[in-house]
Amino acid sequence: MRRVVITGLGLVTPVGCGVEASWSNLLAGQSGARRIEEFEVSDITCQIANFIPRGATSEGKFNPDDWMEPKEQRKVDDFIIYAVAAADQAIADSGLKFDTSDAQERAGVLIGSGIGGLSGIADTSILLKEKGPRRVSPFFIPGRLINLAGGYVSIKHHLRGPNNAVVTACATGTHAIGDAARIIALDDADVMVAGGTESPICRIAMAGFAACRALSTGFNDDPTRGSRPYDKDRDGFVMGEGAGIVILESYEHAKARGAKIYAEVIGYGMSADAYHITAPAEDGDGGYRCMKAALARAGVAPSEIDYVNAHGTSTPMGDEIELKAVERLFGNSAGKLAMSSTKSAIGHLLGAAGAVEAIFSVLAIRDNVAPPTLNLDNPSVETAIDLVPHKAQKRDINTALSNSFGFGGTNASLVLRRVA
Amino acid sequence: MSDVAERVKKIVVEHLGVEADKVTDNASFIDDLGADSLDTVELVMAFEEEFGCEIPDDAAEHILTVGDAVKFLEKNASAA
Repeated sequence: MRRVVITGLGLVTPVGCGVEASWSNLLAGQSGARRIEEFEVSDITCQIANFIPRGATSEGKFNPDDWMEPKEQRKVDDFIIYAVAAADQAIADSGLKFDTSDAQERAGVLIGSGIGGLSGIADTSILLKEKGPRRVSPFFIPGRLINLAGGYVSIKHHLRGPNNAVVTACATGTHAIGDAARIIALDDADVMVAGGTESPICRIAMAGFAACRALSTGFNDDPTRGSRPYDKDRDGFVMGEGAGIVILESYEHAKARGAKIYAEVIGYGMSADAYHITAPAEDGDGGYRCMKAALARAGVAPSEIDYVNAHGTSTPMGDEIELKAVERLFGNSAGKLAMSSTKSAIGHLLGAAGAVEAIFSVLAIRDNVAPPTLNLDNPSVETAIDLVPHKAQKRDINTALSNSFGFGGTNASLVLRRVA
Repeated sequence: MSDVAERVKKIVVEHLGVEADKVTDNASFIDDLGADSLDTVELVMAFEEEFGCEIPDDAAEHILTVGDAVKFLEKNASAA
């Protein structure tokens, strides 16, 4: 199997558009949460979400016109525009040029989404009922399909290699990066544009996740305090939107062109709880086996992991189950481990979460800093692990683990390491 | 320019994202204005919505230029 490294990053998150804007705001303790004003929420138990800041690209905000022509934007749901924006950033960051047929054919795309164009499906259903089938746009289907995020990216950049999409709910972004790394490791491509994207903040999604009792309901008047992983007052996750895209490349390919290498993907683990459609298994065995598989593939001992970017969604059950699984895996080395949930700042980006958090893990390695867990005022359980409350911490971070667990009991973990 | 022609051109400019001066009577949606087959389906739908009429598929097949659309709508549109 060939070595796979990360040579480009792209982010569209509730704390900024662009890698440096998102990262610096995250380290500064900013939150992207606010009250929902875009649609009616007075009859929904959760009335807050993390929105991408709209504005000038030069100010670290998101302006869709800089990434896609307005006439194309009309045809697609936002998750596709976010993916195109993050992919453009990542490709530019990598310095790769796809200007020969060989370069194009050896480059692929693997971008997933948890639920794709849900808001467009909801809107079009109403249109269908009110005006009939002759008013349903020919762009309705292609603008909602999950793999069209990757489709648009491949068309824009002429990427003619493998083209795939992952759909594993909140584990999507992690699976996408892990699966794409394997495509390179097996020599089916030299370069993969990989990650996750999501634009879930709409009335039907809020109603649906609220019905699952998954969302925070007690912080509608204090939105930035709603996402509070590990805190005793946590009461559910706060939805977020955005995209994270990485450029994966074979080590030889990156070396040959003198590319800047952020980190190596040294481990990828997967498992299933096979327990319940939305609740994690209480023994945390699925998460434990997933992390263990990733470490085994990486060939590293738990004591070599310096930082864990937790799934940590701020749900009453999930956070402690994950924490116990990490404690079980790390044993005596838990005491020197830093583990934070960046969902405290950006919320839960569902299918984009794993990709965004893998990028935060890469940046933690680059800068030797652990991003904070906001709002962790009173941990609900005692632990030897440093959960990085409130403030970012300078630490030596060479190897990081990033976890994602999804509805359906699907689990994925990545191990990333600095390339000396 | 007739009222119908002006309304047709406005729709074409909006949907295809082209400059207004390119939207001439002889301009072909596909060859001159960069539309693909899905764009032309959506354009016909937009004409139906704007002019409150139905454009059957066999008629839509013959609407290839801006002028074709104007001519059809002047003849058939109830709200023209």
